[in-house]
Amino acid sequence: MRETQKISTMERVNVGLAKRYRRERRFRLFGLAAIAASLLFLVLLLGSIVAKGYTAFRQTEILLDIHLDPTVLDVNNLATANYAALVRDAVLALFPQVEGRQDKRVLGKLVSTGAAYQLQDMVMSKPELIGATKSVWVLADDEVDMFVKGHIPRDVPESERRVNDQEVAWIDQLTASGRLQLKFNTTFFQAGDSREPELAGIRGAVMGSLFTLVVTLALSFPIGVAAAVYLEEFAPKNRWTDLIEVNINNLAAIPSIVFGLLGLAVFLNFMNLPRSASLVGGLVLTLMTLPTIIIASRASLKSVPPSIREAALGVGASKMQTISHHVLPLALPGMMTGAIIGMARALGETAPLLMIGMVAFIVDIPHGFSDPATVLPVQIYLWADSPERAFVERTSAAIMVLLLLLLAMNAAAVLLRNKFERRW
Amino acid sequence: MPPSLLIILVLILSSLAYWQGRRRALTLARQPAAGKMHSRPGYYGMLTALWCGLPALLIVAVWQVAADPVLTQMAMKGVTAAKGALSPDQVNLLINDIRNLVGGNLVAREVDPVLQAAADQYLGLKRLSNLALATVALTTALVAAYLVLARIRPTLRARNQVERAIEVILTLCSTFAVFITIGIVLSVLFESIRFFQQIPFFDFLFGLKWSPQMAIRADQAGSSGSFGAVPVLTGTFLISGIAMAIAVPFGLMSAIYLSEYAGPKFRATVKPLLEILAGVPTVVYGFFAALVVAPFIRDLGTWAGLPVASESALAAGLVMGIMIIPFVSSLSDDVINAVPQSLRDGSYGLGATKSETIKLVILPAALPGIVGSILLAVSRAIGETMIVVMAAGLAANLTLNPLQAVTTVTVQIVTLLVGDQEFDSPKTLAAFALGMLLFVVTLVLNVIALYVVRKYREEYE
Repeated sequence: MRETQKISTMERVNVGLAKRYRRERRFRLFGLAAIAASLLFLVLLLGSIVAKGYTAFRQTEILLDIHLDPTVLDVNNLATANYAALVRDAVLALFPQVEGRQDKRVLGKLVSTGAAYQLQDMVMSKPELIGATKSVWVLADDEVDMFVKGHIPRDVPESERRVNDQEVAWIDQLTASGRLQLKFNTTFFQAGDSREPELAGIRGAVMGSLFTLVVTLALSFPIGVAAAVYLEEFAPKNRWTDLIEVNINNLAAIPSIVFGLLGLAVFLNFMNLPRSASLVGGLVLTLMTLPTIIIASRASLKSVPPSIREAALGVGASKMQTISHHVLPLALPGMMTGAIIGMARALGETAPLLMIGMVAFIVDIPHGFSDPATVLPVQIYLWADSPERAFVERTSAAIMVLLLLLLAMNAAAVLLRNKFERRW
Repeated sequence: MPPSLLIILVLILSSLAYWQGRRRALTLARQPAAGKMHSRPGYYGMLTALWCGLPALLIVAVWQVAADPVLTQMAMKGVTAAKGALSPDQVNLLINDIRNLVGGNLVAREVDPVLQAAADQYLGLKRLSNLALATVALTTALVAAYLVLARIRPTLRARNQVERAIEVILTLCSTFAVFITIGIVLSVLFESIRFFQQIPFFDFLFGLKWSPQMAIRADQAGSSGSFGAVPVLTGTFLISGIAMAIAVPFGLMSAIYLSEYAGPKFRATVKPLLEILAGVPTVVYGFFAALVVAPFIRDLGTWAGLPVASESALAAGLVMGIMIIPFVSSLSDDVINAVPQSLRDGSYGLGATKSETIKLVILPAALPGIVGSILLAVSRAIGETMIVVMAAGLAANLTLNPLQAVTTVTVQIVTLLVGDQEFDSPKTLAAFALGMLLFVVTLVLNVIALYVVRKYREEYE
């Protein structure tokens, strides 16, 4: 071999080396950038929701001195009395200088329409208050609330603002006299849905989610575990069990909305089950979570070493005894982890529930499985569609509650896994 | 007696039967003359409980399914006698009215006395039927339990019978998955067939115009309804395409970095964080897309002088892409980790740098698996609903411009089926036809992907 050629090979390598190292660094940087970008998206997503939603946990309230006028209120007409007039009078009494129908009407609108119901509840629980003058904190209207929280800017021309200069002056006056304050928003956690943002809450949706998840868990966990036990421990290897396996894997990847179509066609139109009920929602979500639970349970059963089974069989246990006394208890934590993760997915699911009518506007808080209900993600979807500015922060707040619930469930799954996971 | 109470009662009876069976076995075991018992006492109890509970519950289930049509028929007999011959549509309408009367939620309208009578008759029959069911079910439970109790003797192979029964139950549970698939296929297929009876199949598949508004009156102008799926499909693929253009590079590069470069500590912190991205519900992404990303893109467009629709395909696709990143990355991560170390070592031995090894050795070796995971991601993008419902448009524009509003299959299904429905109009049936299309497309993608992934895995094992 000639000397010159050898050198030229080495040279070629050396000449290219710097470039190759640069490429190496660049490639590595691309990878890091991809991860950084993904995490940035995560921060952006969570950050924008928290930024938009944290204000919803406080609500503007106005202190009114309401005279419970005995000429308006009578022990016999407590349910039908004109409470709105009492509230209006109390607001007008704060600003005695206001004249004119138009101004008075605008002034009356500083307070939420819910104030009348609040007053009614108070009087009906304590009829002896009639005739007295009570100081009551009542909810402010959603636009006043938005203004106080700064979502409606003060420094734009009056024509571009939903709150006019007159109202701004009143609000400032109320704030100065301590009659207008931001207080913890209990309505948000105690009320059902409402068209008025300041009266809307997530209680109904949370209860609906709870009922739906109870149905889902009660059906999908036993069936899923039973199916997994059969497939893992008993099933002979043949065409039929192959078909079942392929089926389960495919079901796990079918779009959720298709399950909604199934629910609509089978549960509502064929079996005539009630529309919008959490029972039907639970059934649909059961079909969806079943594959997840079966797959997780099978993995958990697989991880129990065969020596355990052999030892039990060796001392004379039957196959069923081996499984129920030894294999199942060891596999249960893994199965439960799978079930919790499946439930977390079911809790966040929206699309199939739209198909079975859980999008209806439901004010009442559901008390049973067949009551019309909605669930938390669907509530978020409904509020996101509402035009009022105040619903934006409520939507974000509901999302925060949903994410917290999901986080808690996933944390429980991780804890369970860490506590009971055994390496054989 | 309501059926739920009946079921609870049967379950209580069944648990009582368990204790009875067990006690009987224990008494028998104490008699020296009887000989040694075959099974442990609990198994005799379980056998009694199973016989007590299962047949009764089966009767309840069958009765519940079968009773309603029979009762409706009987109640309708009076109505048809009073109203004369009716078309099937009218019959269905009347049945609906009666159902509403029975449910007590028809208040606004004047109630037809004939219908009221039918509803009362239905309620009476229902009460009778429930009573009969309770009698039959409870008698069955008691008789069965008694018969088993009488048969308990040392030679009765209780354990084997109980285990046999449990195995049958387990088998039934495992076939549930197949029934779900059959249910999906049948439910979308039947409605789709009804749809294609009104709209020709090829008009649906190759039609270029989608406007599912049907004329309500025969003489109404303008809304004849056209059901060409091409614009809807184009919109779906446009949005999915944008999503994949985001998700594949980001997901794949993250997977490569995590599996090839990152240290164990970095991996342990970053992987769960990426998984959070996968665990966020899609409705949250939809809100994010509609409220943050879409206005941002529109403002960007205005700034650059481009006309951007407020519900542009770009916004929906972008957010969907973000949602799919962790999906692509975790699947590709598995695939890349499955490439044997010997291939890497061989490449390093020849003097290749790490990135050269990845690009020239690992990626080609992992390619089938990566393709499989991308196909799975595509099927997810196509079936994704909430993001597009909240951030994409409703109008079916046939365009490939990502700055315009397009609609997707899932959006159309939701808008056609949410709200008031009449079940024989092509408008609602079209949703099922779209659903079938969606089901078939995602099924084919999934089957190919799973096949590719499995085949590839076997190659290196």
